[in-house]
Amino acid sequence: MRSIIKDGAIVEDNWRLVRPDEAGVLPQVPTDTDVIVPLNAWRSADWRQRTGRTAVWLAPDEDPGLLVSDLDVLPLIAVDFPSFTDGRGYSIGRLLRERYGFSGEMRAVGDVWKDVLHYLWQVGFDAFELKPGKEIALHMQGLQDFSERYHSTWREPEPLFRRRSKTGA
Amino acid sequence: MYLYDEIDRRIVKERAEQFRDQTRRFLAGELSEEEFRPLRLMNGLYIQRHAPMLRIAIPYGHLSSRQLRKLAHIARTYDRGYGHFTTRQNIQFNWPALEQVPDILDELAEVDMHAIQTSGNCVRNTTTDAFAGVAADELIDPRPYCEIIRQWSTLHPEFAFLPRKFKIAVSGSTEDRAATWVHDIGLHVVRDEGGEVGFKVIVGGGLGRTPMVGEVIRPFLPTRHLLTYLDAVLRVYNRFGRRDNKYKARIKILVKAMTAEGFAAKVEDEWQHLKDGPSTLRDEDVAHFASFFVDPPYETLPAFSETLAARLAEDRVFARWVERNTRLHRHPGYRSVVLSLKKTGVPPGDITAEQMEHAADWADRFGFGELRVAHEQNLILPDVREDDLYTVWQLAREQGFATPNIGLLTDIICCPGGDFCSLANAKSIPVAQAIQERFDNLDHLYDLGEIDCNMSGCMNACGHHHIGNIGILGVDKNGEEWYQITLGGSQGNHTAIGKVIGPSFAQAQIPDVFEKIMQVYLEQRQASEPFIDTVRRIGLDPFKERVYAKHH
Ligand code: SF4
Repeated sequence: MRSIIKDGAIVEDNWRLVRPDEAGVLPQVPTDTDVIVPLNAWRSADWRQRTGRTAVWLAPDEDPGLLVSDLDVLPLIAVDFPSFTDGRGYSIGRLLRERYGFSGEMRAVGDVWKDVLHYLWQVGFDAFELKPGKEIALHMQGLQDFSERYHSTWREPEPLFRRRSKTGA
Repeated sequence: MYLYDEIDRRIVKERAEQFRDQTRRFLAGELSEEEFRPLRLMNGLYIQRHAPMLRIAIPYGHLSSRQLRKLAHIARTYDRGYGHFTTRQNIQFNWPALEQVPDILDELAEVDMHAIQTSGNCVRNTTTDAFAGVAADELIDPRPYCEIIRQWSTLHPEFAFLPRKFKIAVSGSTEDRAATWVHDIGLHVVRDEGGEVGFKVIVGGGLGRTPMVGEVIRPFLPTRHLLTYLDAVLRVYNRFGRRDNKYKARIKILVKAMTAEGFAAKVEDEWQHLKDGPSTLRDEDVAHFASFFVDPPYETLPAFSETLAARLAEDRVFARWVERNTRLHRHPGYRSVVLSLKKTGVPPGDITAEQMEHAADWADRFGFGELRVAHEQNLILPDVREDDLYTVWQLAREQGFATPNIGLLTDIICCPGGDFCSLANAKSIPVAQAIQERFDNLDHLYDLGEIDCNMSGCMNACGHHHIGNIGILGVDKNGEEWYQITLGGSQGNHTAIGKVIGPSFAQAQIPDVFEKIMQVYLEQRQASEPFIDTVRRIGLDPFKERVYAKHH
């Protein structure tokens, strides 16, 4: 059991994210464990006949469109950030939320820490598993780095310029 | 000029606070060098040869006198009394201490300035024509759209970590003075037959290692769709641009790989989902932004200034300056004045704190408190009454601002090069100076006429050498500094990438090489043919023959 940030709070979390080893093989996981598997494992269906729940994670170069028919059954989609400077996951986030209408948990995993939380939150991520070694309570403040923004985002579809003209500002 | 409201200020302030915290954590060892590096770059902070270098954004080159005074104060307090204007209309300070950068950002925030996204793999400062709003050949004032793009690009959550840097330029006039063909995205304001205003969208231009002229992916984009379309282009780039090799990561490589048609189709596909969404600009939104760029209270003046005419007739030196360093204005009786930062002996684009203060004073006294930074690295007083030109000229001369060389060979665009930049292969400033010294004779310089000479200290091409009529590139040969010369490059409506004339030269040879090139031009030119036209007409061979001829 470890802690993650979920909807702005620190919560205990039981999901186990599995990554393939060097030979591309996934570890054995007890059938009653809630598990987050790579996209190809999810698509192979072997991982769905379990007593525990199964979710999927996407690598940055994977197409979220491949999950369209699964969105109703997926309790959670994780997106991997192998390096925090790899920004592809932000587009995946917006696509899942805005285009495909995914409403379940969207979790950022990998090189995730304070200084990216605000951006991730804006594009639709609501859960964050921080990079090991980052003190969760300190890093959570990153969600509050900015109190306003200019853009249309999933959190606030009206861009600032429209809200401004409404208040006559 | 755009005026910040409480929200704009809050965003800048919060970014400054965030950066203070990032710097603190780095100095305390909580952030590794690897983690801090992209964060500081996204806030314009490089670690250079001597000290950090801080690049401050001057959105589309617009500056108020108050802001310029603040920059003078920063130059004096935190630096060595000067700053350097870049080809992206920004200003750089070369000597601040890392620990003091958060304080500089606080000072900047007081005058609504910042260093957000002046470096790093994100959308950089949007640039435009330095004469926007006052140019005589303007179709549409591009500045409201520049401001719309500035706000859209500032801390955009989807595009904070792109494969590589991303530069957008906007042009609103017939003559493209914003180098839109060599940007990641170039936007040209156009009108269709029905009179509707839109943009021609050019993508995938750029200089650097693989110079390319961009491709039109949409001949006409109605202005209301600007932001949703930009989102679509950036998303395609963010998802599919290469991240495995930084030299192949710019959008131009992706456009080439997909072909312009393939790329355009992919964008179109993406855009269908974004089009007409909440970021669509309504008339009232555009009107809101346009309201910041209305004309200042110009006086009604005769189109012909007798004072000016008299001065021009009696003072040849002044007349030369007026010819070279002023531009026609949309409003009768006014001119725009270019303060030259290309004086011989001073690194191109460098400006002292005193010069900043004087220029700020003149902007207040003779104009409406505004200045512009040109991507050619000069400073502009946009609105000067023709009657005042003589006084302005005298003052500018006293401050070393009046070298009458705008557009001429010695108005060299030049990056900081090996004297400051840690990426450099070679120094650029001493080479620029040697050329300026060699062509110091004004009569000769005027006879040569308009020649763009651009110089970069390495492949990154910050000095835009590819689009100089003559380009100079610093190269490394076995640890020594050498210089490659290109001819035939140009910016504007006939943008072209220059061609290398042959093997590179040692630093000391450059003035002689230039002299030979100029001899060939003078011998070959027809009537009043400008240099670039002669090069285009006769090709490179006559120049090569002369330059590489064995002396016997
Ligand atoms: S062109 Fe090269 S040397 Fe010049 S400023 Fe850019 S990176 Fe530095």
